[in-house]
Parts: sequence; structure tokens; C-alpha cells
Amino acid sequence: MSEETEKDAPKKPAGRRKFELDPRLASYKGVWVFVEHERGVAHTVSWELMGEGRKLADTLGVPLAGVVMGAPGIQTRRFCEEAFHYGADLCYLMEDPLMADYRNQPFTKGLTDLVNAYQPEILLLGATTLGRDLAGSVATTLQTGLTADCTELNIDLENRSLAATRPTFGGSLLCTIVTLNYRPQMATVRPRVMSLPKPDPTRTGSIVEHTLGMTESEIVTKVLEYIPDNLQDKPQLPFADIIVAGGRGMKRPENFQLIWDLAKVLGAEVGATRPVVQAGWVELDRQVGQSGKTVRPKLYIAAGISGAIQHRVGMDASDVIIAINSDPNAPIFDFATYGIVGNAMTILPALTEAFRQQLATLKVAV
Amino acid sequence: MHIVVCIKQVPDSAQIRVHPVTNTIMRQGVPAIVNPYDLFSLEAALRLKDEYGGRVTVLSMGPPQAEAALRKAISFGADDAILVTDRAFAGSDTLATSFALASAIQKIHEDMPVDIVFAGKQTIDGDTAQVGPGIAKRMDLQLLTYVSSITDLDLENREITLHRRAEGGVQVLKTRLPCLITMLEGTNEMRFATLPNIFRAARYPLKLWDKDAAGITDVSKIGLKGSPTIVSKVFAPQPKTIPAEIIDCESKQPKDLAVTLLAKMFTRFPNLHEDIAKANA
Repeated sequence: MSEETEKDAPKKPAGRRKFELDPRLASYKGVWVFVEHERGVAHTVSWELMGEGRKLADTLGVPLAGVVMGAPGIQTRRFCEEAFHYGADLCYLMEDPLMADYRNQPFTKGLTDLVNAYQPEILLLGATTLGRDLAGSVATTLQTGLTADCTELNIDLENRSLAATRPTFGGSLLCTIVTLNYRPQMATVRPRVMSLPKPDPTRTGSIVEHTLGMTESEIVTKVLEYIPDNLQDKPQLPFADIIVAGGRGMKRPENFQLIWDLAKVLGAEVGATRPVVQAGWVELDRQVGQSGKTVRPKLYIAAGISGAIQHRVGMDASDVIIAINSDPNAPIFDFATYGIVGNAMTILPALTEAFRQQLATLKVAV
Repeated sequence: MHIVVCIKQVPDSAQIRVHPVTNTIMRQGVPAIVNPYDLFSLEAALRLKDEYGGRVTVLSMGPPQAEAALRKAISFGADDAILVTDRAFAGSDTLATSFALASAIQKIHEDMPVDIVFAGKQTIDGDTAQVGPGIAKRMDLQLLTYVSSITDLDLENREITLHRRAEGGVQVLKTRLPCLITMLEGTNEMRFATLPNIFRAARYPLKLWDKDAAGITDVSKIGLKGSPTIVSKVFAPQPKTIPAEIIDCESKQPKDLAVTLLAKMFTRFPNLHEDIAKANA
């Protein structure tokens, strides 16, 4: 979204005059969620979106569908079953050996063909590298509106349209974006922004199959190799239950050792704010926030973090937040569960010791 | 070889503040910078030029002041710069922007064939990552996003091999030119602007293209008219109504604060005990 939208142009008064949907678009019905998977495992964001999609579909009174594309066989069809468990009423299935690995060209054609054939009013994708790569191509092909990195999705019942809320200007403000007169209304959502629903293994649905209709020779990009990440080395923040994070208030990179010490005692992952990552104190994968990872831990300890909105949107879904900051007016105290106004450099070692003793008593009790 | 790099001038969003009373963006004094993600793509383009020869043209769509961003790119070593600027572009969302940029690149291509288009991974003001894919689709270029490294460029056979970041690993991809690449951040380090290039940037006769010069005839595809997405409202995030319970105790000693906190927390959230024990197991 160009900055010129804010500055130069008057905002269209959505909802102030009676809105009439182009009659050609009235036949677009249904909420779709693209089911992303890699190496035999579905990406959790697909199910987070399925949960969200269920709510939207129920509000609109329309079916919820999953879209599964991949190599032929049970390992792909399995994702349809999973989609039903997470709330889908039906699944559009496209099986083709050409889709064994993600490539922009066949996936764009496949998803675009499905949309043109079955006409959903809403299409949701996870804002992963695959999702963003695919969503941009599909939206441009369909000449429709796409809103990225939404933090909230609602239905405006007055005109049955999708109101997508997302941060803007680096997260300082939020904005709500609508795609009034184009279909489908597309949106991407980052992993862990929506909560993962509980699957119902008794739920079933119907599968609609559709053919890709391409040959390998038509597809220009070839996958030569796939090099999996060494998970041992990689931080796993999005699914960590306990996170200890540090910000600029830690003052010096050496002080970050105090964060690592507390994390070790808690069995926690270490996180950080964008300035700290940019300064090179920790690796990029540890960045929590609007342009980093979104996390949903049971416990988030924030040391030397002011709580600016860019960081807040990445972690305010934490169950319990402990904030340590020497500034009593730091915005983090507006939404943390517990706050300690003090010097993180002395509080953190004290917390580490207190937790260590608590856990020792636990072990004795067990 | 001819490479086009799309860049954008953006407000430094790290420095943006919201007015505490009016809840609007305080734009005054916020410096305008080259979108940081664009620099990784620009550097990648300049490295290809170093190795294989050819020219790098930087392109931007923006208001007249975006000229500064283009001159910055020249100072790093870009050969030519074009600013596509027209009031008609006001209100453009990503679909309208990719339309305008694709038209401009097509015009550039007619003059000197383009082999690779680079764009930034995303902007720090829009954050959508949609314009790169949009341009690729419109120009029928192979799209390679989240590229971490370009390992081989075979100009004779018009083939390029590169690494692309996937969720759990890296894809090694081979594709044909022309293609559009967006580089992952941190994959290179921007070179220093040399003194000769800095002088060149100051004197460079920047090309200013209005919509006609950019080859745009269908005005329904640009600006507000060409933008399916509409901002219906802008607002400040609602603060949680329950502020933090500030741990206070007589002594204010760190040790006592910590112990008090844990006592309160485990009393109120007994399950947290278990969760921590599990994480430690």
C-alpha cells in the first residue's frame, strides 16, 4: 500500500453511501483457505486460518473450503482430512506430480483456475515465503485486492465484505482495508497471529478434484535440490511456550548474557526486538515483532523493552507477560501482566536465581 | 546485460511517532530513506554487473522528492535512473503500482532489452511484498522471491541458478531469463559510495517520466481508480484496559522483588509451574 494513499488521496467513504456490489460478482460465494504444506507436514498457519475462516464463513452463512495442491497420493489427500478436522466443509484438491515442490508458475495457474471455476468471495493464505510469493501472483492475475499481514479479519455485514485490519507505518497505527468491488477478497495472515483451533477428528467433508493441466516443459523454473534447515541450530520461537526477550534497555551486547542465563534456567527460547537484532546482538530468527516472528507463549519475559507497537503486535497474545524496565512510563506497562520498574541488569540475575530455587523445589516435590 | 532495479523512497518508519492527542502520524522531520530492503536487491544487481558487465537502471514510482532515493542509488553505482511521477498515480495500491512500474519497465525494455528485474522484498511503510510479484506476473517474468544467493548466471544460455528461502529449508532453483528477483535481507552488505559516483549522482540528469512517458494509456488501471483495496479507516491500537500489576515491596531489593513476583504469579497462574517444568524436562 503506497504512502500516497494516506497523503494525497481522499479516502473513499466506504459505508457512507449505499454500496452496490457489481452484479457480476454476486455469484462469488464461500471462504477459502489455502492449505500450505512442505515435506509432508501442513504449516500450522493453514489451520490457524481455517479456524478464522470458520468464523467468517459462519457469519456470512457460506461454506468454508480448504485448497490442497500437491503431488498425487495419500500424503496430499491426508491434508484434506486434516482440513475437515479443523473446520472445512469441503476441499478443492489438485494433484499433479508437477506440484511436488512449490513453484510459482504451476501453483499460480492452479489456484487461479480453481478461483475462476468455483468463485470464492474470500481467499486466505498464510503470510509465509510461499504464501506471499503465491498470493501476489494470484491477486495480480485475478486483478483483485490483496491485503497483507492482517492482524484481524471481520465481516462488515452491511455489505458482506471482508474488513481486514493490519498495522501501518511500521506498526505505529492500524488500518482497516476493504476490497469492495473486486472478488475474491484476498488476505494473508502471519503465522501465530490467529490462534490454533482444536481439531475435531470426527468431522468430515467432501472433496472436489480439479486438474492442473500443465506439462513440465511449460514450467520454466526447475527445482534442483532442497536443503533442509538444521533444526538443532535454529531457534523455534513461534511455538515456544516460554520466551525471555531483551531490548535496547539492555544497554550493551554483553548484558544479553543475562537473558541467556534466565532462558537456560526456564528452558526458554531467547527473543529480541528489531533494534537489537539490527545491531547484531542476536540472529534475525530471534526477532519478535511486526517484521519478525509472532509468538504466543505461556510466559513472556521482556527485559529492557519499551513495548512499542512494532514489538507489541508480535507478542501481546502471550498468556503472562513480565516486563522489566527502568522507565515507569514505558508503554509495555500498559499491557503486561506484571511489571517491575528497575534495572534489568540487577533484576534478571535475581529472577534467574528465584526461578532456579522454585524449580528445585518442584523437582523435590515430584 | 541490462538489469532494472525497482526502489522506493519511504519515511523511516522506525522514527515515526503518533501524535498523542490527535492520533495522527507526525510526518514532520521524519527522514526519507531508500527502502532498506531495496538496498539488498540493488547490491545484488551491482555485484552481477561487476562480474558480468552491463548496465543497471534504477526505477522508482513516487512524488518528486523521491529523486533523492534515485540519486542515492546512482552514488552506489547504478548507471541510469528514472523517476515515474505523476499526480495520476496518487492513491495507488499495490495492484495499481505494479501496473505502472510494469509499463515503465516495458518502455525501458523497448529501448534496451532487460534481462533481470530486481525489487525489494517488501517496503517498510506498506510491508505487503506484493509489488515485485505483481510486476513479474504482468511482464511474464519468472518470479523468484526470498532469494538468499545467486549461485550461477549463464548469460549465453540465459539461465540463472539461485537459492530461495522456504519455511523449513532452502530451494535450489534454476530458471530462464528474464526473471524478477527479490533478495532476502542480510544476504549482502551495501558497498560504499565512491567519490566519483557521488559526484556523478549529484550531476546526473534524472529522467522524469509522467504516465504518458511510462507508456500508460489505460488510466483506469492507475491511482485510486486502479486500486481494488481501499483504506476505510486508520486508528491507533487500543491499549489493553488492564495495566500491569507493578511489583512493589518494601525493600526494593532485586532478590525480594523477584521472590514477590514469583509468589504472586504462581498463586494466580498455578499451571505456569507445570509449563516451566515441562519446558525444562
